[in-house]
Amino acid sequence: MRSFKDNVLRGLLWLAALLTIAILVTIVGYIFYKGIGLISFDFIFGDYSPTGGGGIWPMIVTTIYTIVISLVIATPIGILAAVYLQEYAKQGRLVRMIRFATESLTGIPSIIYGLFGAVFFVTTLKLGMSIIAASLTLTIIILPVIIRTTEESLKTVPRSYREGSLALGNTKLQTLYKVILPSAMPGILAGIILSIGRIVGESAAIFLTAGTVAALPESIFSSARTLTVHSYLVTQEAGDIELAAAIGIVLIVIILILNLLATLLSKILNKADY
Amino acid sequence: MARPPVEKANKRKYMLEKLSGRVFLFCALLSVISLLLIIGFVFFKGINPFVAEGYSFINFLFGDDWVPSEDQFGIFPMIVASIYATIGALIIGVPIGLFTAIFLAEIAPKKVAKIISPAVQLLAGIPSVLYGVFGLAVIVPFLQNNLGLAKGQSLIAVILVLAIMMLPTVVTVSETAIRAVPKSYREGSLALGVSHIGTIFRVVVPAAKSGILTAVVLGMGRAIGETMAVILVAGNSLIVPTSLTDSVRPLTTNIALEMGYAAGVHQEMLFATGIVLFSFILILNFVLAKISAKGGN
Repeated sequence: MRSFKDNVLRGLLWLAALLTIAILVTIVGYIFYKGIGLISFDFIFGDYSPTGGGGIWPMIVTTIYTIVISLVIATPIGILAAVYLQEYAKQGRLVRMIRFATESLTGIPSIIYGLFGAVFFVTTLKLGMSIIAASLTLTIIILPVIIRTTEESLKTVPRSYREGSLALGNTKLQTLYKVILPSAMPGILAGIILSIGRIVGESAAIFLTAGTVAALPESIFSSARTLTVHSYLVTQEAGDIELAAAIGIVLIVIILILNLLATLLSKILNKADY
Repeated sequence: MARPPVEKANKRKYMLEKLSGRVFLFCALLSVISLLLIIGFVFFKGINPFVAEGYSFINFLFGDDWVPSEDQFGIFPMIVASIYATIGALIIGVPIGLFTAIFLAEIAPKKVAKIISPAVQLLAGIPSVLYGVFGLAVIVPFLQNNLGLAKGQSLIAVILVLAIMMLPTVVTVSETAIRAVPKSYREGSLALGVSHIGTIFRVVVPAAKSGILTAVVLGMGRAIGETMAVILVAGNSLIVPTSLTDSVRPLTTNIALEMGYAAGVHQEMLFATGIVLFSFILILNFVLAKISAKGGN
C-alpha cells in the first residue's frame, strides 16, 4: 500500500516536471516558429514603417538609450550604497531602515513605478513623456538589484584582504578602491548584467513614462518606444503576432546572451583563489 | 611657521575619508528617499478625490460601476478580478512549480537537473509581454474553440497566462530552498526505514517550508502586479466575474489602459486604483518579511 502511494507521488513529480518543461519549450518554440520568418538584416537595422514591412531599429536604439542612461545613474549610486551598508555602517536602526526600503522597492509592481514616473518625472519635473523620464524611473527599479548583488559580492571578499591593506598603512578609502572593489568586481558586473535584463524586459513602467512614438528618437527628451512596448502595441493594436514574435526572438536572444555573461562572471568570481 | 608637507597631505587624506563616508551614506539613503517619494506622490494624487473633492472611498472600493464620463468610479469588479486571477494562478502554478522543484532537487539525475535548472532560471527573465503574446496567440483561440466562447479573452485565460509566468519563479526559489535542506535530515529519515519519496514529503519539504512559502509569495507578487501581458488576454470588461469564462479587467490593467488619456479626477482615481494595488503588495511584503524572519530562527 505504501509503495503504491510512493509510486503515485513519484509519477506526479515526473508529470509536473515534464509539464513545466513542455510548457516552457512550447512558448519559446512558438515565438521562434512564428517570428523567425521576419528576422533579417533589414528587420533589425531598418527604419520603422507604419504601413508594415519596416524594421525595429528605432526601438533597439530606444532600448539601448534606456539601458545606458539608467545604468550610468544607478550603478555608481548602487555600488556606493552597498559599500556603505557593508563596509561603513554600524548595524542599527538606520541600516535596518535602508534595508527595508531597498527590499520594499524590489516588491513594488512596475505599473506603480509607471504611475510615479508619470506624476514625478513626466509632470512635476516637466520632462514630458520621454526617454529620460523612463530611464530615471528604471533607475529606481534597478537600484535595489545593484545594491543587493554588490552587497553579496562584497561579503565574499575575505576579511584578511581588508586587514592586510589597512596594516600596510592604507586608509579605509584606499583599501576600498585598491583592494575591495577590484576583488568584488565580477560579482558587481553580474549584478549590472542582471539589471540590463530587468530593463530590457520592463514594459508597464516605460509605457507610462516614455510614451509610444514609433520613430528614431531625436534626443533623450523625445518620446519613444522600447522593444517590449513595441511588441505589446503591435499585438494589441494590430494583432500582428508574427511581428511581436520576431521582436520576441530579439528579446530572448538578448536575455540569453546577458545570462551567459552573468554565469561566466560568477564562475570567474568563484574560481578566484581566496 | 610652515607646516611640514606630510602633515598637510595627511590632513587632506582625513578630509577625504570623512567626506567619502558621507557620500556613501547619501547614496544608501537614496533608496529610502525614492521609496518615500513613490509612496508620497502616488498617495497624494490618489487620496485627493476623497479628501478634497468629496468622493466616497467606500463607493470607490465597493462600487460596481466605472464610468469616468459620468463621474462614476467604482473598482469592485477590478478588485474581484485581481484576487480571482491571482488565486487561480496560484492554484495551478504552485503545485506544478513545487513538484517540478522537488523533482529537480531530489529525483532528477544530476546531469538532467544541471541542464533544466538554468533553462528554467532563464525563462524567469523573459519579458512578461511575450507570455501575453503567447497567451493571445495560442491560449485564447484554444479556449474560444474548445469551450465555445464568443471571445476567448477571459478570466481563465488570465489565470493560465499568470500561472505559466509564475512557474519559473516558483520552481527556481523552491528548488534553492529544497537543496538547502541539510543532507543529514535525509540520511536520518532513510536510516529510520522511511522510503525515498516518504522522506521527501515528510522530512525535506517541511524543512524547506519557509523558502517554499517565499517562492509562493514572490509568484503571487508577480501575478498581482503583472500588467501588459494581462491586458492582452483579459478582455477588459467592467463586470464582476461570475464564471471563469467572463471577460475581466484587473486593477493593473485599468491603470495602463486609461492613463494615456485620463485627466483631472479620472486620473486621480487611477492613482487611487494604484493605492489599492499597492496595499495588496504591502500586505504581501509584510507576510514575506514575517516568513523570512521565522526562517531565520
